[in-house]
Amino acid sequence: MLNPDFETTVTSVYRTMYLIRRVEQEIIRLYPTDKIKSPVHLSIGQEAVAAAVCAHLTVRDVVFATYRGHAAYLAKGGDLNAMMAELYGKAGGCARGKGGSMHLVDASVGMVGTSAIVASAIPQAVGYAFAKKVRKRPGIVVNFFGEGATDEGAFHESMNFAALKALPILFVCENNSYAIYSRVEDRLAGPGLCARAEAYGIPARRIEGGGVLDLLDAAAEAIGAIRVGSGPRFLECETYRWHDHVGPGDDRQYRTGCEAELDSWIATDQVAALAERLDRTIGEAARRAVEQAVEIALAAAIDFAEDSPYPPEQEIFDHVFAQ
Amino acid sequence: MSSPNSDERVLTYAQAIAEAIQQEMARDPDVFVMGQGVDDAKGMYGTTLGLHEEFGADRNFDVPLAEDAMTGIGIGAALAGLRPIQVHQRMDFLLLCMNQLVNMAAKQSYMFSGAHAVPLVVRAVIGRSWGQGAQHSQAFHSYFMHVPGLKVVAPTTPHDVKGCLIAAIRDNNPVVFVEHRMLYGFKGIVPEEAYEVPFGQARRLTAGSDVTIVAISHMVVEALRAGHLLAERGIGAEVIDPVSLAPLDIATIAASVRRTRRLLVVDNGWLSCGASAEIVSQVVERLQGESTFRVKRLGYLATPCPTTRPLEQIFYPTSRSIALAAHELVHGAGAPTWTIAQDDPREIVEFKGPF
Repeated sequence: MLNPDFETTVTSVYRTMYLIRRVEQEIIRLYPTDKIKSPVHLSIGQEAVAAAVCAHLTVRDVVFATYRGHAAYLAKGGDLNAMMAELYGKAGGCARGKGGSMHLVDASVGMVGTSAIVASAIPQAVGYAFAKKVRKRPGIVVNFFGEGATDEGAFHESMNFAALKALPILFVCENNSYAIYSRVEDRLAGPGLCARAEAYGIPARRIEGGGVLDLLDAAAEAIGAIRVGSGPRFLECETYRWHDHVGPGDDRQYRTGCEAELDSWIATDQVAALAERLDRTIGEAARRAVEQAVEIALAAAIDFAEDSPYPPEQEIFDHVFAQ
Repeated sequence: MSSPNSDERVLTYAQAIAEAIQQEMARDPDVFVMGQGVDDAKGMYGTTLGLHEEFGADRNFDVPLAEDAMTGIGIGAALAGLRPIQVHQRMDFLLLCMNQLVNMAAKQSYMFSGAHAVPLVVRAVIGRSWGQGAQHSQAFHSYFMHVPGLKVVAPTTPHDVKGCLIAAIRDNNPVVFVEHRMLYGFKGIVPEEAYEVPFGQARRLTAGSDVTIVAISHMVVEALRAGHLLAERGIGAEVIDPVSLAPLDIATIAASVRRTRRLLVVDNGWLSCGASAEIVSQVVERLQGESTFRVKRLGYLATPCPTTRPLEQIFYPTSRSIALAAHELVHGAGAPTWTIAQDDPREIVEFKGPF
């Protein structure tokens, strides 16, 4: 017996994952033209985490993410045209070309921003959650970061304060096992990432295998707890990036022993797995209709980016200071 | 409420800070104070005493010893629309905040093309005297002057510290607010009502036609003392307090130098790549080809600050060294020698810590 609400959510999650996958595939296709004259940190392979977590959020909830932030931006509902134009460095971009791929923002949907300094947005997310709590504003904060960020002091200092003040924040650690080419085992002392959060009294849960339905379930439980005021939660989401740390390349040759690892993750691709599931639930035609809508929006976004002008030179001095 | 003679009311520098914060917190519920020890019995040299009792524990609270994250947490609260005032008992600890201040706070408005503002005040106290030593005496205002997106102010008088702090709290940008520990006991006339001292406007404290002395923070006090010594020798010193270092009112300084044709910059900091270098450079860029003038700089000696008193005394510029430098600018190195007895400033001698 299908739960119609749940299936609607799953379809929506599929749309998000397919969108992220296709946007980044188009970035790869366009990259050799050098129209995107900036670094890109692709999320292909990691779509399920952002899609599953953001499925439980509303516009009153806010997200902070990282330079590998396309997935979180899109999953939170960030404007697609503005993102593509931002990657092109155009005036139609979400930051009028001043941010680029690593600095996406869409305040209208609660996508506060992405940062290129590892772990640096974690305290900001905590501070935002502090403001929500003390001013009794609705909504929670979700903070995405990689497992490398848990090496940083700012992570630990932030965990402590979030727990101390019982703040409404979900920490989502996307553990893709690598900081560039440095494996997590080579950097991590102690019993694991969850233990790092638990050391501060923050309930933590590790979701293995990257299954999108497992992630949906875990995120629902954690976010539900945060919404009723029980303080911060931590999710360690095992995942894997299929491409290089930065750029569209295949970095198998640089990552020791990753050949079989990468193949196994590709074999359990969650975009494909969810597509198969949808074929059984809503049917292939309906699934293709979801995809078709994404393709139309994506083609329009690329056209928008192509057609958008570059910002005029005088804009270089705009917004150094807020008014 | 302003008393009939409020324009003659006298407060100390520390009391003026306290009043500015209290008035702004009463005016705007988004304003709050966070920092190590702000709600303890000493209340940050009395500047934050009683705020948690008046406004609640969420608006004046102690924080973990975590400068890096606590700065980011302040930025995050500012992104959410609050107006945090962060307090550091010594500016030396701001080095632990550099990533958040430089990479994050200074960039939020620009990097996201105006989508965000960071109305954050970072109060930083410079220590001196009675054994502060190498790590409790440093002044890093020039580090922050270097970064577009940050404002830096270093008010000297009780009047200016109140007005600048209110302006900083109301500003929608991160402001590094430099307070010198030796200024805390100084008294001055402070209006009771809330007022702003706008940034980017230097203050000419004395008029003189022979030499322009630009002094920063506590060095303003020493420069004024030097001005009295110079007056005894018939030298008119124009002492200028920039008040705000970023933005910097170079026009007022350059206009003075155009008249005096002698510029002495006295920083409460090191010379190399410092505020004094910046001020001199900007004056040269403005006046070169139009006016010739002589320049000299004084500041911390190029050493870490020594703890022991006899060495610490020669580490800082003094009224005496300032007066001698100005004298030399006016009369040249070949001028008759001028012997001035070293006069230990009251605030230095009287300071007995413990912190």
